[in-house]
Amino acid sequence: MSVSSSSPSSPSSPQPLHLAVSLDGAGRHPAAWREPGARPAELFTARYWAGVVAEAEAGLLDFVTFEDALALQSASPAGPDARTDQVRGRLDAVLTAARVAPLTRRIGLVPAVTATHTEPFHISKAIATLDHVSRGRAGLRILVSGLPHEARHFGRRSTPIPAGELYEEAADHVEVIRRLWDSWEDDAEIRDVATGRFVDRDKLHYIDFEGRHFSVRGPSITPRPPQGQPLVSALGDGVAAYDLIARSADVGYVAARDDDEARTAVAAIRRARESSGLAAHPLHLFGDLTVFLDEDAAAAEDRLDRLDTRAGHPYRDDTAVFTGTPRQLADLLQERRTAGLSGFRLRPGVIAHDLPAITRGLVPELQRRGVFRREYEADTLRGLLGLDRPAGRHAARPAA
Amino acid sequence: MSTAPIKQIHLAAHFPGVNNTTVWSDPAAGSHIDFDSFVHFARTAERAKLDFLFLAEGLRLREQGGKIYDLDVVGRPDTFTVLAALAAVTDRIGLTGTINSTFNEPYEVARQFASLDHLSEGRAAWNVVTSWDAFTGENFRRGGFLPRGDRYSRAREFLATANELFDSWDGSEIVADAGSGAFLRDARAGAFAHRGQHFDIEGRFNVPRSPQGRPVIFQAGDSEEGREFAAAGADAIFGRYGTLDEGRAFYTDVKGRLAKYGRTHDQLKILPAATFVLGDTDAEAHESAHEVRRLQVSGQTAIKYLEHVWNRDLSAYDPDGPLPAIDPEVGENTIALGRASVRQFRDPLETARQWRELARAKNLSIRELVIATTADQTFVGSAATIAESINELVQADAADGFILVPHITPGGLDVFADTVIPLLQEKGVFRTEYEGATLRDHLGLSVPVPDPARQPAP
Ligand SMILES: Cc1cc2nc3c(=O)[nH]c(=O)nc-3n(C[C@H](O)[C@H](O)[C@H](O)COP(=O)(O)O)c2cc1C
Repeated sequence: MSVSSSSPSSPSSPQPLHLAVSLDGAGRHPAAWREPGARPAELFTARYWAGVVAEAEAGLLDFVTFEDALALQSASPAGPDARTDQVRGRLDAVLTAARVAPLTRRIGLVPAVTATHTEPFHISKAIATLDHVSRGRAGLRILVSGLPHEARHFGRRSTPIPAGELYEEAADHVEVIRRLWDSWEDDAEIRDVATGRFVDRDKLHYIDFEGRHFSVRGPSITPRPPQGQPLVSALGDGVAAYDLIARSADVGYVAARDDDEARTAVAAIRRARESSGLAAHPLHLFGDLTVFLDEDAAAAEDRLDRLDTRAGHPYRDDTAVFTGTPRQLADLLQERRTAGLSGFRLRPGVIAHDLPAITRGLVPELQRRGVFRREYEADTLRGLLGLDRPAGRHAARPAA
Repeated sequence: MSTAPIKQIHLAAHFPGVNNTTVWSDPAAGSHIDFDSFVHFARTAERAKLDFLFLAEGLRLREQGGKIYDLDVVGRPDTFTVLAALAAVTDRIGLTGTINSTFNEPYEVARQFASLDHLSEGRAAWNVVTSWDAFTGENFRRGGFLPRGDRYSRAREFLATANELFDSWDGSEIVADAGSGAFLRDARAGAFAHRGQHFDIEGRFNVPRSPQGRPVIFQAGDSEEGREFAAAGADAIFGRYGTLDEGRAFYTDVKGRLAKYGRTHDQLKILPAATFVLGDTDAEAHESAHEVRRLQVSGQTAIKYLEHVWNRDLSAYDPDGPLPAIDPEVGENTIALGRASVRQFRDPLETARQWRELARAKNLSIRELVIATTADQTFVGSAATIAESINELVQADAADGFILVPHITPGGLDVFADTVIPLLQEKGVFRTEYEGATLRDHLGLSVPVPDPARQPAP
């Protein structure tokens, strides 16, 4: 662990950090559900999710991501396992996000969506509607799935699908979603009593997308969402995913085990962004970290040991696994951000323990250091991330 | 022992949206998109103790004459998302979403409904509709549309498959015992395999059994196949016929089909759509009903409506003049796309003949003819008159209740809730409090029990 910075405010005040948390069941660790306070019998209730997101909002976090998949959880990528000692079952992430939206006011809500097996038309209107019901706080995390057993739930594609194809399809999926969000100009609804017209049909646009996996005509059935373009995010855990982030995302999550890996990933994504011709469009890169936090570093390690013992194997993740104190984590974040990261998405090892440790331990520590907000400064998710509300792609065009 | 128990009325509310019956030009008309509108409507319906609120669906903006139709309300939110959000601001009211079986996949839809049922603590319902056309299919990756004759074949198999997924958890699998470390009792929870003409899928369903076991199932659609589909597997029908004679004929027909599926009379509720105009007196109500009809059917709207039948461009005709002398273009309707209502005119030549006759007999202009032949308000009158009419129709088995479709968003239900509902409650034919927690409770439907002998794929 690096030594903590002692001065609470540096002379040139540093850029604020952005913080998100990833929510999945009782937490990232497979034995998390057995921990005190985990409420495993409530994982399929609205009450549980409302409580968890309220905690994240009390900590002034930028957003939460709701993890999801179109298959039952499994310890093995080869297919469903026969384990009975881990959480199995999940509610749909978009619906869960919508269910908590009216109960929250500022925090961003970013459900995971699998591009491989869904219709971009349906997803586009679902996220637009999440943006309407949350008044501008919606996003999505786009996922791909190459798992044959997941494909068999749909029965319409042969597997394996090469990774390149999966990500190319996901990029098309996002392109369709985005075009549909713009398919209504903001002022398309005119309610012109004099002419009897409810909408100005010249402000509704066909998208006419033709791709390898689908073609979509448009326009959307849902009017343009409050943010114009809700937040699109994706996890970068390999070159194909870097490309998707570069071409399609507003936020990329970088899975990296150390500063060097983070630096390499950031550079690769930035290069890909440039060659996609999108260098001028803001792109946040967040470091992904799994965290086990305690007031005393040894306690955090003991806790992880206990969890590992219960799970029957040591915990591994596709990204760095941190155990330690909120101060140590604050140090790590401040150091790692120099790799070119503007924020972090933390994956609480045990939501019941590590989420409050983030909101009540890490956040105050970062506030003391002057690198995290003390109150919400915007009422949309794009606003929190310093992203403008984009004009629709058809709006700027002079009338044809 | 004296009289037979009075039949209890089921009432629900349809959120007014994309439909020419929604009067958007009224100064009282608000947004049909803002979540506040949905909250207001849902809370009014819940205050009135209605069984459920209902959302329609359309998956492509309607077109007429090759252009997006601009005279009616356009635009609606995603059904699942708005219903899940409404679950947060209501406690008891059922949440019914119209979801098409042609442009979706069973695994995804089943998990959305199971999730909605969990997130609403047992208030989810699914209105299975079967629009099949290539026009709508242009928005979907499965390239998707079906020959008309296959729409219910896919719908039947879609619903059967969804039921297999819902039943793949029986509700006893989750132990969640931190002490012993058993989360699941059954390592094969959610296992399913379905092989059929439309779906060949297998695996593990990933949403545990929801409070209602399965969502309540609705059917809307009036063909022979639609009636069979409803009799075989729906819990309720969103029907078209809100009058005594038509209602009774439909009621008798559909309920008569239940026995062959081993179902009883009360396992399928018939709930026609019903519009209403309330006034302090009957005379006043009739006057405003007339005014509402004029707002719903402008001259332009009348011409557009006529085009549904004529299947030709009639824009040169004067809405205040006589019906066209030329005959309808028979065949695939190419002028009006994406409209369910178009499909009700199965014999346009005959329809045109009848309309001309009616117009001649009553000396009606195009606009007057359309006003006379399209859905007149079901209930018009004072609160007392309307309460009486609703009760009469239900007691006479013309319906088990109604799905109210106000013409104003979102406040169109308020007066009904405040004036008609109390009168029905006084008559003892409508609940004064929700008795149960789930939509099945409100509708008097039992919770389906998965077959214990069901053998999932090995
Ligand atoms: C009262 C009623 C309401 C309906 N609502 C919808 C709807 O919201 N969305 C939709 O796509 N179709 C709707 N439909 C249309 C039917 O689902 C459609 O007619 C179906 O494709 C064909 O069924 P049918 O041939 O049995 O009538 C409705 C039909 C009726 C009678």
